[in-house]
Amino acid sequence: MRSKEIMHVTVFFVALFLCMMGYFTVYSLTHEEELMNNSYNNRQQILSEQNQRGSILARDGEVLAETVVDDSGNEKRVYPYENLFAHVVGYVDKGRAGLEAQANYYLIQSSIPTVSKLKRGGSGEKNPGDCVYTTLDVELQEAAGKALGVYRGTIIALDPKTGEILAMVSRPDFDPNRISQDWEAILEDEESGTLLNRATQGLYPPGSTFKIITALEYIREHPDSWQKYRYTCSGSLREGEDAINCYHGTRHGAVDLKKSFAKSCNTSFASMGMEFDKVMFSDTLHSLLFNQELPLEGVYNQSRLEILEDDSRGEMMQNAIGQGRTQITPIHLAMITSSVANGGILMKPYMVRRVESADGVVVKTFSSEEYGELMSSEEAAILADYMKEVVENGTGTKLSGLSYTAAGKTGSAEFGTLKGESHAWFTGFAPAEDPGLVVTVIIEGAGSGGDYAVPVARRVFDAYFNED
Amino acid sequence: MVSQYITEFSKYFIALFASFYTYECFSVFRFQTEGERSGIYIRQYIFMFLVHVSCFLPIYVKTGKIEYIFFFLFQQIAMYATIVLYHLIYPQANRLVINNMCFLTAVGFTILTRLSYNRAVRQFVIAVFSSVVAMVVPEVIMRVKNWRAYTWVYGGVGIVALGAVLVLGAVTHGAKLSFSILGVSFQPSEFIKIVFAFFIASLLCRSRSFWNVALSAVLAGAHVIILVLSKDLGSALIYFVAYVVMVYIATGQKWYLLAGLSGGSGAAYLSFRIFSHVQVRVQAWRDPWSVIDREGYQITQSLFAIGCGGLFGLGLCQGSPSSIPFVTTDFIFSAIAEEMGILFSLCLILVYISCFVMFMQIAISIKDDFYRLTVAGLGVTYLFQIFLTIGGGIKFIPLTGVTLPLISYGGSSVLSTIMMFSVIQGLYLAGGKKNATGKATQKTERTKKEKTKKLDRQEHRR
Repeated sequence: MRSKEIMHVTVFFVALFLCMMGYFTVYSLTHEEELMNNSYNNRQQILSEQNQRGSILARDGEVLAETVVDDSGNEKRVYPYENLFAHVVGYVDKGRAGLEAQANYYLIQSSIPTVSKLKRGGSGEKNPGDCVYTTLDVELQEAAGKALGVYRGTIIALDPKTGEILAMVSRPDFDPNRISQDWEAILEDEESGTLLNRATQGLYPPGSTFKIITALEYIREHPDSWQKYRYTCSGSLREGEDAINCYHGTRHGAVDLKKSFAKSCNTSFASMGMEFDKVMFSDTLHSLLFNQELPLEGVYNQSRLEILEDDSRGEMMQNAIGQGRTQITPIHLAMITSSVANGGILMKPYMVRRVESADGVVVKTFSSEEYGELMSSEEAAILADYMKEVVENGTGTKLSGLSYTAAGKTGSAEFGTLKGESHAWFTGFAPAEDPGLVVTVIIEGAGSGGDYAVPVARRVFDAYFNED
Repeated sequence: MVSQYITEFSKYFIALFASFYTYECFSVFRFQTEGERSGIYIRQYIFMFLVHVSCFLPIYVKTGKIEYIFFFLFQQIAMYATIVLYHLIYPQANRLVINNMCFLTAVGFTILTRLSYNRAVRQFVIAVFSSVVAMVVPEVIMRVKNWRAYTWVYGGVGIVALGAVLVLGAVTHGAKLSFSILGVSFQPSEFIKIVFAFFIASLLCRSRSFWNVALSAVLAGAHVIILVLSKDLGSALIYFVAYVVMVYIATGQKWYLLAGLSGGSGAAYLSFRIFSHVQVRVQAWRDPWSVIDREGYQITQSLFAIGCGGLFGLGLCQGSPSSIPFVTTDFIFSAIAEEMGILFSLCLILVYISCFVMFMQIAISIKDDFYRLTVAGLGVTYLFQIFLTIGGGIKFIPLTGVTLPLISYGGSSVLSTIMMFSVIQGLYLAGGKKNATGKATQKTERTKKEKTKKLDRQEHRR
């Protein structure tokens, strides 16, 4: 029995403890925000007793949410824009939603100097909470709200170069000032899904907007010969029991890839889809973030499309034109569009720009963050060119002839069992040569994308470019 | 106004003085003799006092209860009485161990006062009683000469006591841990830990032949299996690890270590497959968030606590540690991290480690091989329990539900830990030192040591 073994044991256990200490320090310092935001953590109440909840502000400083105290000392959360920012800013009274939930950690903290806290503590006054400055643009949000009108659906506007979300409207909406009074009524009306933020949580068939992805897949499978693609459209295509028709049965005649895309020729894309390599197609979907988590804060749903080994040719036709099992969230489509607009690179979408204490000292700033390359810059350039053609000579001509040049893709996604019922989609960007804004629109049950969604998107672009 | 400042700033002083104290815990190792270290010990008394004051002031300010001040004074008297008396009775005893014992117990009183004053007072009474016991233990150890002869007594007592709990014990939170004698509830596994170290050490010191090691494995396994059947998984693990380490130290054979670890992993896997409560613990460790309402509730509440304090904590009486289930026993470390901060918590862990390193150094310095092995075994028993409770509370490892020595609430836990510390002191005083004190003789001693090492080795080969 020598000392050596005792030394070994000592060193081993000390090393074990050092690992544990490292884990403890790193874990507790890096998970503070996440742990504090958990609804099972009652420490939020302690902070809200000490601090008055901070305000949420738009990019130019307009107040989107603030806490006011009345004469008898009762706190009330006030939303000056009422319904307009309902989903994106959210509410606090009935559980938390939107930015009120996402930025809760900052709103309940108070970063004013300790000395002022001590003075206030003496008089029993609450400390003012930190303010959250967002990327949201009131003017653009108002334009989007007006453009959508009474329709159900959603509009997202974001900057493809930075990932800043400028506007996000979802309808039907509610007045967050009256959330407590209206709560029962909102919950009873299950069919409307009023509380759902359709931009991030709504799952829709992508319809023809999915052809952005189908075209990309075709180019990836035929790197040398995609330019030579030719197809003759007769208005319909039959494969076994499945039949695909072009919109309104239109015959597009002889088309290449660009024209198929611009005219949104279903039969042409369906015929491509039948021949796709299923493994490669799955890889492309994976690279575009289908069936997985998105680089996005807050609550959202994952888009779904699994290509199965035993998918029939008929099912592959449906997959290729964005019908069948495929479901996508509007924010996801906006992200794919923004990477096309930004040379293949996806910037992580975000809404919180900076946090300031009540006396104006910056507590934390958030800058734009690159998520990665969804497609190569060559691929992005081809798709951007095709999307430009859609506006110039295709289904999106209602966006042409303006002071700015736009690019995009329309979609009319059939849903339900009744023939002819469809959601109107548009996703695109402008100016086409140097994209500054991505707009994604879906209007539920409105009809064709070219007729209904494009004019709505145009009003948002117009507001952005100050076009009357 | 003044009170506001006290609440706000005391936490910085707690962290500051605690780090000074911790620094001194390790500067002790620069010197060979207790005589050279005495300056360090005196500085430790001062820092200990300052930490203690900075802890009780904000509690008093926040609650305004004058009895807290008296309670604090009683603690001070008891602590320094222990330190002085111990030094007078056993001038040769290791003073770092005594200081750390008092420091940790005082931290325990502080956090318990904040969580539950009644429990803190009961803990104080038990700690004072334990300190009296601690005065006697080394003397007893020194008087009785042939501790190594009672192998079968230790083994018998251990198996019977643990077996009795299994058969007769009361169930607390699904595990059989304790039984009551004359209205006092005992948790035998806490005390049998000490007996177990004696048992294994005396058995292994008889012979290091394969058959004797195999016999020890069977008997140690019996202890562990009884604990597993009582659903006291934490203790079972502690006994197991202590045993494997003791065999390694006794024989120097890495093969035994490997065999022990693979056997242990096999047994752990088997119990994972058989017992649903083991599966629940593993599930709650891997992903507590998905079962936050049920199995994951305790651990997630504990994580909320450690995640909100930051480097300096929320300040005593400023947080919400009471929302953690079993906060005064299994999760007391999380309460400390929440209100006293990460820096203080790290200091606390380092104080525990310094005690362990001192125990192991003591083990190395003892001439008598039986005493040596016992001290090393006790040291590992002590440290591994800390690993289980802190590691479990921060989700580093699955939760096993054992107490944090000297800080968690619980009579058996405090009494057994203080006894363990005194037993180590006793063995240190009784075992005879390998190194003579004083630097002058050190060199010659070292060559002697090497010679004995060689002899040891030759003996071992035979």
